[in-house]
Amino acid sequence: MNDMTPIETTLKDWESDQEVRWCPGCGDYAILKAVQRTLPMIGADPKNTVFVSGIGCSSRFPYYVESYGFHTIHGRAPAFATGIKLANPDLDVWLVTGDGDGMSIGGNHTMHVLRRNVNCQIMLFNNEIYGLTKGQYSPTSRTGTNSPTSPVGSVDRPALPCAFALGSGARFIARGYDVSKDLPEVLKAAHAHQGAAFIEIFQNCIVYNKDRFDDFTQKKVADETQVWCNDGEPLLFAKGTKGLALDCDTLSLKVVDVVDGDWKAAGVAVHNVKNRGLAHMLVEMPFGPFPMALGVIYDDPRPTFEGAVVAERAKLIEGKTADLGKLLAKGQTWTVEEKDAAHGLMD
Amino acid sequence: MATITAEHETEASVQDTAPEAVVVRFAGDSGDGMQLTGGQFTLSTALAGNDLATFPDFPAEIRAPQGTLFGVSAFQINFGSQEITTAGDAPDVLVAMNPAALKVNVQALKPGGLVIADTGEFSKRNLDKAKYETNPLEDDSLAKWDVLAFDISALTLEAVKPFGLGNKEALRCKNMWTLGLALWMFDRDRQPLVDWLKNKFAKNPVLADANIAALNAGHAYGETAELAGPLKKLHVDPVPSEPGLYRTITGAEAVSLGLVAGAQLADLPMFFGGYPITPASAILHNLVKMKEFGVTTFQAEDEIAAICAAIGASYAGQLGVTSSSGPGIALKGEAMGLAVMTELPLVIVNSQRGGPSTGLPTKTEQSDLYQAVYGRNGDASLPVVAARSPADAFECAIEACRIAVQFMTPVMLLTDGYIGNASEPWKVPDPASFEPFPVSFLEKNNNPDGNVLPFKRDARGVRPWIKPGTEGLMHRIGGIEKGIDTGNIDYAPQVHQAQTDARKAKVDGVAAAIPPQDVCLGEESGKLAVVGWGSTFGPIHQAVRRARRKGMDVSHIHVRHVWPLPGNLGDLLKGFDKVLVPEMNTGQFKTVLRDQFLVDATPLSKTSGQPFAIAEIEEAIASYFDGVPGHAEGEVPVNETQLPNPEA
Repeated sequence: MNDMTPIETTLKDWESDQEVRWCPGCGDYAILKAVQRTLPMIGADPKNTVFVSGIGCSSRFPYYVESYGFHTIHGRAPAFATGIKLANPDLDVWLVTGDGDGMSIGGNHTMHVLRRNVNCQIMLFNNEIYGLTKGQYSPTSRTGTNSPTSPVGSVDRPALPCAFALGSGARFIARGYDVSKDLPEVLKAAHAHQGAAFIEIFQNCIVYNKDRFDDFTQKKVADETQVWCNDGEPLLFAKGTKGLALDCDTLSLKVVDVVDGDWKAAGVAVHNVKNRGLAHMLVEMPFGPFPMALGVIYDDPRPTFEGAVVAERAKLIEGKTADLGKLLAKGQTWTVEEKDAAHGLMD
Repeated sequence: MATITAEHETEASVQDTAPEAVVVRFAGDSGDGMQLTGGQFTLSTALAGNDLATFPDFPAEIRAPQGTLFGVSAFQINFGSQEITTAGDAPDVLVAMNPAALKVNVQALKPGGLVIADTGEFSKRNLDKAKYETNPLEDDSLAKWDVLAFDISALTLEAVKPFGLGNKEALRCKNMWTLGLALWMFDRDRQPLVDWLKNKFAKNPVLADANIAALNAGHAYGETAELAGPLKKLHVDPVPSEPGLYRTITGAEAVSLGLVAGAQLADLPMFFGGYPITPASAILHNLVKMKEFGVTTFQAEDEIAAICAAIGASYAGQLGVTSSSGPGIALKGEAMGLAVMTELPLVIVNSQRGGPSTGLPTKTEQSDLYQAVYGRNGDASLPVVAARSPADAFECAIEACRIAVQFMTPVMLLTDGYIGNASEPWKVPDPASFEPFPVSFLEKNNNPDGNVLPFKRDARGVRPWIKPGTEGLMHRIGGIEKGIDTGNIDYAPQVHQAQTDARKAKVDGVAAAIPPQDVCLGEESGKLAVVGWGSTFGPIHQAVRRARRKGMDVSHIHVRHVWPLPGNLGDLLKGFDKVLVPEMNTGQFKTVLRDQFLVDATPLSKTSGQPFAIAEIEEAIASYFDGVPGHAEGEVPVNETQLPNPEA
């Protein structure tokens, strides 16, 4: 995010005049609404807000937000965003990408935008499938996913977006899901973070990967299967009857029972958004034996890339003036006098 | 000067006693500092008022194994009292620092030319590495040439002895010793070199002194050895040039300066996205040092990110620029299409090298013309400008910037490895002599009836440039086909037809905003036109000049605006009986000319990684004419039987 004067807007102000063209029931609708709800909350200014996307279902997003928008090419949105931020650091840039766009064809750019720490919000809509190209398995699809290109189940092992982001040097990692009422809070935190903020948003592809995330997003299982990470608070779930504790023998997390709310006695760990080791463990927890870690998992800012570029430039040009005539005549020069040229040009 | 095109025959003014031009080639191991030696010799030559052209030729390996044939690095300079437009064909003097350098280069030397060799390096081991069975300095194999062989290694060690350097470090001064000798041979001033060495080794004065001592020793050796053998002092008269301030410039420097000047003339900050690649990296290296001119440089993670970031910067209101060579340009293709589709200004510099694939990274070729003109998916026409020489690259870079911002389009600027690395004297221009072309962004809604129309075209078919951050002009752009004026997604059949037509018409319209094609040597119609583009300018120009002196009715046309072509070019070509197109590829521009004008253009193709020799083009020209000598009027019948085979 950027330091800026908050502007008063409503959700309506962020709706463009374009007809939304996702499949009925697609999780993208809910994410769009969550973003349009978040923008007034953070006082965003439409004229300084830019949504940049790659290619895929998620990447149609910019057309539907009444701000500046750039629908670019497959996988490259982070590179465009980097150019935009370097050209005008005052713009508030949101990246919209998907598991195919951001983790497959654009994996390299996702890595570098995170490692450089370009100040922007990166929303990766993870539906574990290629939707726009009609249902092929993606780099986040679980092994065994049936699809047109894997009729007896995919054999590839999936990538973990948040673990990838941490490995790339990200300083902010969060998770949410399309219909979560808490998604705006997660987005707000991402926006408040100075630097690249990576948000993995589980999104239901109603047509090609229906209800893939039901085992933790359904209301009836949510309590048992979601652990929300709140800085300074114990990592509790199942209405406080279970928690995550550090297993000192294996140096990994374990699920412990909490009796009578005494989480301290159960050894439940307190979440610390600046603890990178804990963040690694939370994003790597296998779902099933463990709950799904959601919310702000890691948030430990470092100087931004564009800030560093501006500072570097200031250092390089200190005491220099932009005199084009002098620049052209730099180096060793010589003068041809009028008398030397008395005979005119040779040719 | 290579950029001056008017012809004046001035043979009478050349003094008989002084050679018109001399070609010297320095050759050694890639670690011997040959490029440095050549570069410094170039500078002294320019300071002596000679016109010159250089041709660095080095291996792709950074440090190839010592003494091997493939590790030979050479630097050739052609300088003289006449206009010089090429690095010269055959050298008059070859400085060979080891047997491998001799072996690789000696066959190019003119008969009667001079070989200077370092006997200290002609050991059995080095002779073996160069695949010499016997020492060529001792058998008769060099009889065609004058040979001057002495132990440069030992003489250098002796000269730098007082400075107490290690053997290895001391031997590094060999190149300066050789340079000293060369400076003496051509009567060059040593002082600029001494100043340069003092500056270069400011932190290590001992090294500076040792190198200066070696330089002086080489020079002194020339003085004292004058009586012995073929080593005789050559003096080349300075070339009278237009009065003014001069410097030497390489193509990479000229492109960098031209881009900075172009951005200034457009009144825009410049964003340069690049990724390391030979031979284009030099531009990024140069621009990093010019940040006070509002330049932001970005070393991207790959070629694709480099262009995408540049497009992002253009979208945000700066002049986006990216640069690469053939393989990198191929990677940028999709993003160029996006810039075409979203109609954002962008300059793409392509320093061409031998291809396909990795090809010949350090050698020159012009084989990316198809890629530049046709190489994207969809109908994605974009303007292409080609520089003819290092100095010309400055103006071409400005021209590319101008077209990009005035027509809201990506523009490709073509140079090549030869232009990028070669240097020539350049008359420093006055920045005020260039017409500014300041950009104006759309600040107010252009639609009284509703939302802003980001794709509303003006009379030339150009859309407005709108910066994010502008109040009330929020809009969305992208690579999907878009509705007329609104830019909203729309791929209705009639919309795609109309937008494809509009994009093509806009780029075709650039032809009306460029100067008409001129004839740079010879008449505007006649028997034969030799048509070139890019770095073949020098050899074509000299070959046409020589042919005209012999009475052949031949003209030289050199095309800067390769796409779209100047509007008058078709009529111009139709005024000639024959059209010959020398190119360092298999005939790409020939195809474009045939396609655009239905002219029977004949290719003269060379793809050896080396520039054309003047003689090669001269020979091709001569094959069109019979009994040339004496035909001062140029009335020479075309010899049909001697026409080059178009398939050749």
